[in-house]
Amino acid sequence: MKYIKSAIRWFFDTAEALLGLAFPANWNPMLNLGALGFFFYWIITASGIYVYVFFDTGVHHAYSSIEYMTNEQWYLAGIMRSLHRYASDGLIIVVMLHIAREFALDRYRGVRWFSWATGVPVMMLIFVAGISGYWLVWDKLAQYVAIVSTEWLDVLPIFGEPIARNFMSTAALESRFFTLMIFMHIAVPLIALALMWMHLQRVTKPRINPPRGLAIGAFLSMLGLSLVYPATSHAPADLSQVPGDVALDWFYLPLFPLLENLPGPVTWAACATLVLIMAVMPWLPPLKKAAPAVVDLANCNGCARCFNDCPYNAISLVARSDGLAFEREPVVDPQYCVSCGICAGSCPTSMPFRRVSALSPGIDMPDRTMADIRQNVLDVSETLEGSGRIMVFGCTSAMQIDKLKSSKFGIIKLNCIGQLPPAFVDYVLSRNLADGVVLTGCRENSCHARYGVRWTQDRLARVRDPQLRNRVPRERVKTLWAGCSGGKKLAATIEEFSAELAQMGPVDMKRRAKPVPDPMLESADA
Amino acid sequence: MHNLLRYAGQAIFLAVIAAFIGYFSSHPVYRQMPEGMAQIKLSFAHGAKRLVDCRKLTSKEIAKLPANERRPNTCARERIPIHVQLAVDGEILYDDVLQPTGLSNDGAAQTYRKFLVPAGAHTISARLTDSKRSEGFDYESEHRVTLKPLQNLAVDFKADTGGFSFN
Ligand code: SF4
Ligand code: SF4
Repeated sequence: MKYIKSAIRWFFDTAEALLGLAFPANWNPMLNLGALGFFFYWIITASGIYVYVFFDTGVHHAYSSIEYMTNEQWYLAGIMRSLHRYASDGLIIVVMLHIAREFALDRYRGVRWFSWATGVPVMMLIFVAGISGYWLVWDKLAQYVAIVSTEWLDVLPIFGEPIARNFMSTAALESRFFTLMIFMHIAVPLIALALMWMHLQRVTKPRINPPRGLAIGAFLSMLGLSLVYPATSHAPADLSQVPGDVALDWFYLPLFPLLENLPGPVTWAACATLVLIMAVMPWLPPLKKAAPAVVDLANCNGCARCFNDCPYNAISLVARSDGLAFEREPVVDPQYCVSCGICAGSCPTSMPFRRVSALSPGIDMPDRTMADIRQNVLDVSETLEGSGRIMVFGCTSAMQIDKLKSSKFGIIKLNCIGQLPPAFVDYVLSRNLADGVVLTGCRENSCHARYGVRWTQDRLARVRDPQLRNRVPRERVKTLWAGCSGGKKLAATIEEFSAELAQMGPVDMKRRAKPVPDPMLESADA
Repeated sequence: MHNLLRYAGQAIFLAVIAAFIGYFSSHPVYRQMPEGMAQIKLSFAHGAKRLVDCRKLTSKEIAKLPANERRPNTCARERIPIHVQLAVDGEILYDDVLQPTGLSNDGAAQTYRKFLVPAGAHTISARLTDSKRSEGFDYESEHRVTLKPLQNLAVDFKADTGGFSFN
């Protein structure tokens, strides 16, 4: 399992990096798979509604109504039909990639089981919807799909009479199955949509719309394809003949030749096993759950930053219960908490400068406390020597940063880079614990904990609290977002940065104007 | 220039994806059946005779029944298995005994089978027994047909329309 994951992860890392050469970071298709899925869903819905207007729902006239759209009204209904098909193919591609990526990034276990458990049925429903769609054209491909799927269903002893008998001969053909398929083709995507909505329930600020540029690009490519290579039908279905050669849509029907040729019990057993494995995957093996974030009310001023920054809706704000003069207090739901530590990184009381009181923030990670991190920084700085010393803060989900450890480079590992309050950068430089600081983590938009990289960038850019203080010399702070395969790039970057720092000489932070205020007292006074 | 290159890169990527989708949405073509072959599809659902014949109830037995269930006959529900055979040009391709369906074995026996045969002239014989007879068949039909390549000949059975039909 571990090796499969690393192989898939390598694939995605490489694809992201290559696409990153052409696409701006937030447009990278690999980082917008879920959002592209929604986008294709809307294209399918809009084109489907249009096509339905001209579609004759009786089995004997369905084919000619679609031929009319494709040939007579090719400029609109024909294009809509093609868009309907190609966006459906696009949907399957992005959904499969999305599942593979979340699997490789280990984003399906632990508290994230919910997204997996709601996402996998969506994938199955999309297949069912697509297959039922091919049925409705009632051409030779539809005939093939109808016969193979009903024969396959007949393997299960649930129908009194084999349902495939409906397609024995033209004389036996009735519209009832066809009507059922139309109903399924409309109902199944609606059920999928409801599940897609549930799928997003445990994440904050889910990205359901791709960036406009990417959406336009994706739409134009589907439109171009529809114009250059419009979707067409086979010859009309004829039950007195075997369909013969069929141009299968390999995105939706790749298993049909197997269903047709392998014994039914074998294919059913294989499918049931696959579904079972997919269903229990989040617990295979169960994720060793790190301890969830813990609130320490004595150090919390109810500022709500942790609530705003948590990427998983794990924090709620409730009325203050400890009698302190603040309105609200955060409460962590351990069920939803993935232990990323981003909340601790956002807390104004995560202040490494605190001397009077111990470093215990309003919210902290029991397995990797702020006090630990500060001690770690102090210990590591003792081992650094020479000029061009760098303190590297990195997360455990991205590249292996341990290897960089040397007498010049100190390594501090965090649950997520978002766990680092910017005050630590200030602390390292103002206390001369190193000559420069590097922050590294997952690729932009690809953060394992969703928003760690983004919040960190915003904090450094002083557009999100807690902000990096103005006095920190920016030339001594570098960030590198490179995912798990960026080890070499990071090594090269810090070597180069170290040389630059050596030239700059020791840090001079005499600009330090006033002592850092105690956020508890400050807010309480206010 | 740099931006132009990036736009070109994006366009190329999206075009490649579109081409990928366009190609695999209908290629490679799948051949369902070897060339020059035709198919015979035998399928029916038919309830055979009851295993035990109905018999008249004695007046004593009728009297014992609750008033709303009194009837002159009693019939066991279980049906006889069906013996079916399909032969093409004298060669038996299918010979089976089909058990009745249902929890009490009282439902129709059913089958759904497909056979590939070379296209051309054939004599197709279908036979079926749904009674207790031990020799011969209750229904027997022979059909001479010239099958075209890819033709699908449906062999159905309906007792009330006289037995086998070939479509
Ligand atoms: S550790 Fe992460 S998931 Fe848990 S409460 Fe904090 S921000 Fe939310
Ligand atoms: S003080 Fe810290 S723990 Fe309290 S609400 Fe603000 S960020 Fe959350």
